[in-house]
Parts: sequence; C-alpha cells; structure tokens
Amino acid sequence: MKLHITCAFFVILISCKTDGSKKAEIAEAGETVRKLPPKEAVTDGDLEIDVYDFAGFEQFLHRQDGKTYVVNFWATWCKPCVAELPYFERLGREYADKGVEVVLVSLDLHGTFEKKLLPFVREKKLESQVIVLDDPKQNDWIPQVNEAWSGAIPATLMYNKTNRMFYESSLTYEDLENNLKALIDTK
Amino acid sequence: MKTIRIFLLLTVVLAMSSFSVDIPADDEGYRIGDLAEDFNLKNVDGKMVSLADYKDARGYLVIFTCNTCPYAQAYEDRIIALDKKYKKKGVPVIAINPNSPEKSPKDSFEDMQVRATEKGFSFPYLLDEGQEIYPKYGATRTPHVFLLEKKDKGNEVRYIGAIDDNYQDETSVETRYVEDAVDAMLGGEEIRITTTKAIGCSIK
Repeated sequence: MKLHITCAFFVILISCKTDGSKKAEIAEAGETVRKLPPKEAVTDGDLEIDVYDFAGFEQFLHRQDGKTYVVNFWATWCKPCVAELPYFERLGREYADKGVEVVLVSLDLHGTFEKKLLPFVREKKLESQVIVLDDPKQNDWIPQVNEAWSGAIPATLMYNKTNRMFYESSLTYEDLENNLKALIDTK
Repeated sequence: MKTIRIFLLLTVVLAMSSFSVDIPADDEGYRIGDLAEDFNLKNVDGKMVSLADYKDARGYLVIFTCNTCPYAQAYEDRIIALDKKYKKKGVPVIAINPNSPEKSPKDSFEDMQVRATEKGFSFPYLLDEGQEIYPKYGATRTPHVFLLEKKDKGNEVRYIGAIDDNYQDETSVETRYVEDAVDAMLGGEEIRITTTKAIGCSIK
C-alpha cells in the first residue's frame, strides 16, 4: 500500500515537472520566438522605454540563454504593484551575479507613457529593464503568458531553461527570494 | 521506516513543487453554469439592493468595478450604455465596488456617491461591505463582468469576463463580448464566448 502511494506521488511529481517545463521543451525542440522590434519608443532626455505589442513582447517570455528571468507585470496606477517594485529592484541587484535578470513590464495605458510612466521611472531611479506591453487584445495574449492568469496585476513570471513559475499576487521580498531559489534549485 | 521516510521526503518535494508550478489562480469562485448567490448590499442612495428585488428581470449584469482603477474608468461610459440598452430588455446592470475603503480610501462609500453622481450612473452602485460577495463570485479585478440568467432553479452564471476586446478605444472594438452574450441569452441561442480575460486592477 505504501509503495502504491509512493508511486502515485512519483507520478504526480513527474507530471507536475513536465507541465512546468513544457514551454521550455517546446522552445528547445526548435520552435523559435521571432525577435520583433518594438513598435515605438518613448523618450524623455536620456531615458528611453521600448513599447511592444504582444508579438514583439513574446521574446521576453522565452529567452533560452541560461539566465533566469523575473518578469513582473505592473503599472504606475496599480498601488500594490508600485509597493513591491523595490523588492524586484533589490532582487535584481542581489542576484545579478547569479544570472538573474529582472524585467519590469509596464501595462500603463496608451497615451499616459509620457505623462505618467517616464516621470515615474526617472523619479524612482529604476535600475531594472523597463518595457511597455501595449496590446489591447488582452483576451488573446493573457493566456499566452500563463493559462491561469485572470489578468489582475501585480503578476510575476519567473523562468529559466527548465522551469517556469507564475504568481498572480503581491509578493514580499522574502516570497520573491524563496520562489527564485526554488526555481533555480529544481533543475 | 525507510518507506515512510521516502514518503515524507516526497511529500515535502511535492508540496514544494506544487507551489513552484503554475497554480490556477482562478480556481475559486463561479464557473459557467453555476448558480450565483444573491446579496443584500447598500447602494449609493442608501437603500439596500438584492437581485431578488428585480421581479421582472430576465437576468443581470453584475459588474465589479470601482472609482480608482483606470481600466474601470475607461469602461464607465460603456457600462452606462450597457444598462441603457439592456435594462429595458430585462437585464439591468448591478455594479459592485469590491474594494476595501480602508486599503483604497478613494473607494469609500462617500466617494462612490460622488462618482455615481458625476457620471450619472443609471444603475445601482453597491459597496461590498466586509468584502464577502466578490470572493464568492470569484472576481479578481475591476472591471469584471458576470452575466446571470434568471431561471426557476436560480441565477445561472452565463458569461464571465471583460466587456469587449479594446479598453483603449471603443471605436476599435471588434468583439463586444458582453453584448454578444446577452443577445444570445435573450435569443435563446448558444453563447459563443463564455469567458474572457482582461488586464484589470486587482481587488484591494
């Protein structure tokens, strides 16, 4: 009986793992994501932020260069998102030498980039890469980021070659660090 | 003993891995075909509102929305238009603000009253006081629409999701999810798209 349960756990365990890394395997199997250029860039002096539609943005979800990517979906109008930005900044700094890169994906509304986003990024002195995802066909692309995502932000995707995790919730620095460690360690 | 140890180890690993793989974030709340619970919430005019008050309704557009979210604001006029179009057909809009005024001060009852007057809301705008209703429905963001059909057995959930497919620009909308769903429901036809996703402000 115990053996049966153990086996059952093994099966579940394996199926979980397979699920988690399915996309990575697909990408390795030859399906390459085309690197499309941003559709525009918004600038304020030396500050420049690229704006992508989903087709252009997709490359940021499937990079296969051995690094671990922490992709945070946020917006200046989203209070809980703004509250957790310092944690992402700190994570990016503290794990930079471990091959971790943070990408802050702004979902600010079209027409507010110059007035809201650029001043915000400048004022907060954000060090992580900031890009804008501006594509109104949300029902098409939200499930492509993650099937379980309802579309609420903040939301965070972490991935490397072998693992993917997705969180539709606010995260503390401790959550972030623990999740990142779990992702890096389970190779 | 050894088996137990392996078992325990596996349990731990499994527990960890089940956190590390994708967790369905929307596993709570209603699904299409479920019966939605009625509520009794305070409207901006001070009166209590329940679905059961609408004796002649054929259904309801229960929309979780708020004062503060830019997406909710972008859809306010379209929500008013939905109420105008469908109230007379027996499917009124019932708007509910699910945010806690403590966490989001500008979503207080008084601010709701101001917003409703400014925009001329033609529908009730209720405060989910104590935040008990939105988790039952499974609303995760604003705006989040639940189309209910009034049947003998209760109020059946027929559509969950966004109003249409372009928050930015109403003139560029290609699919009006809610209108298509209500029209199909009223016409006794199959609803083609029953759930949609959209970016929205998480409920605070």
